[in-house]
Amino acid sequence: MWTLFKQWFHKMGSPRWFYYATGRWLPWLGLVTLVCLVTGLIWGLAFAPEDAKQGNSFRIIYIHVPASMLAMAGYYVMAVAGAIGLIWKMKLADMVMKSAAPIGAALTAIGLFTGAIWGKPTWGAYWVWDARITSMLILLFLYLGVMALQYSYRSQDMANKASAILALVGTVNIPIIYKSVDWWFTLHQPATIKFTEASSMHPDMFRPLLLMIVGFYAFYTLVLILNTRVEIIQRERRTRWVGELMGEA
Amino acid sequence: MQQFDSLQAFLSMGGHGPYVWSAYLVSLTVMAWLLLRPVIKRRQLLIALKKQQQREAMFGQTGH
Repeated sequence: MWTLFKQWFHKMGSPRWFYYATGRWLPWLGLVTLVCLVTGLIWGLAFAPEDAKQGNSFRIIYIHVPASMLAMAGYYVMAVAGAIGLIWKMKLADMVMKSAAPIGAALTAIGLFTGAIWGKPTWGAYWVWDARITSMLILLFLYLGVMALQYSYRSQDMANKASAILALVGTVNIPIIYKSVDWWFTLHQPATIKFTEASSMHPDMFRPLLLMIVGFYAFYTLVLILNTRVEIIQRERRTRWVGELMGEA
Repeated sequence: MQQFDSLQAFLSMGGHGPYVWSAYLVSLTVMAWLLLRPVIKRRQLLIALKKQQQREAMFGQTGH
């Protein structure tokens, strides 16, 4: 079992293997993303029932919650990839870390922006220094910090080390974001979806949300793979297999 | 199960239209950019590498 895992780990570590394997997955991933997001959007915007208290502004949830979830999950992807690159000197892991940073930053920005717009008709203000909102803003700065560090060193090796260390230190923020709605009872409402008990949301509203969450996971994976593949060609351009790839193209 | 009687009602969202539609428009634009960025970068990179390959084929192995 352990040797099997080690074999898989080494194979995954090869940029060339990753490039060809993901090339076969991409069409399927794209299809799942498209179907989930299009169905989820139409369902959420036109067919889900109106919220009794918030009216139609609640429909922002179908973007806000999945984007914010992926903003946090994507941080773990970036930090774990950074740790693997730091410990095992795996080139591919460094490329994944670098690719994950701008995607996470964009998704965090979407979460903050949609939250601000949703806040206006619901709370009467675009921005409040609430614990959840503030910790999400810190998440955005962490992503931007990792991106900035990537451009701050002449040597890619140094840039990766610095980025990975910042990413790892920043993981402290994730449980704070997650728990912020319970620890500080300020403005942001507590989690709607719970893993330990039934969700506090009507099934007619919840089903399209679930579809959007699956769609966002697929979208995230798709974009991460696309970015990593570009990174692979960039850094492996002197190797024979990329040369052969050029010949085919 | 359709929640709105007319397109007008769908667009106005009971007065919340500007909030809902601006949130969706901006989010989907950012997501489209996320998806297109690596595709454009890949195309530019492949063109640049191909040019380099042709140059090296013409003048022999240079650089490094």
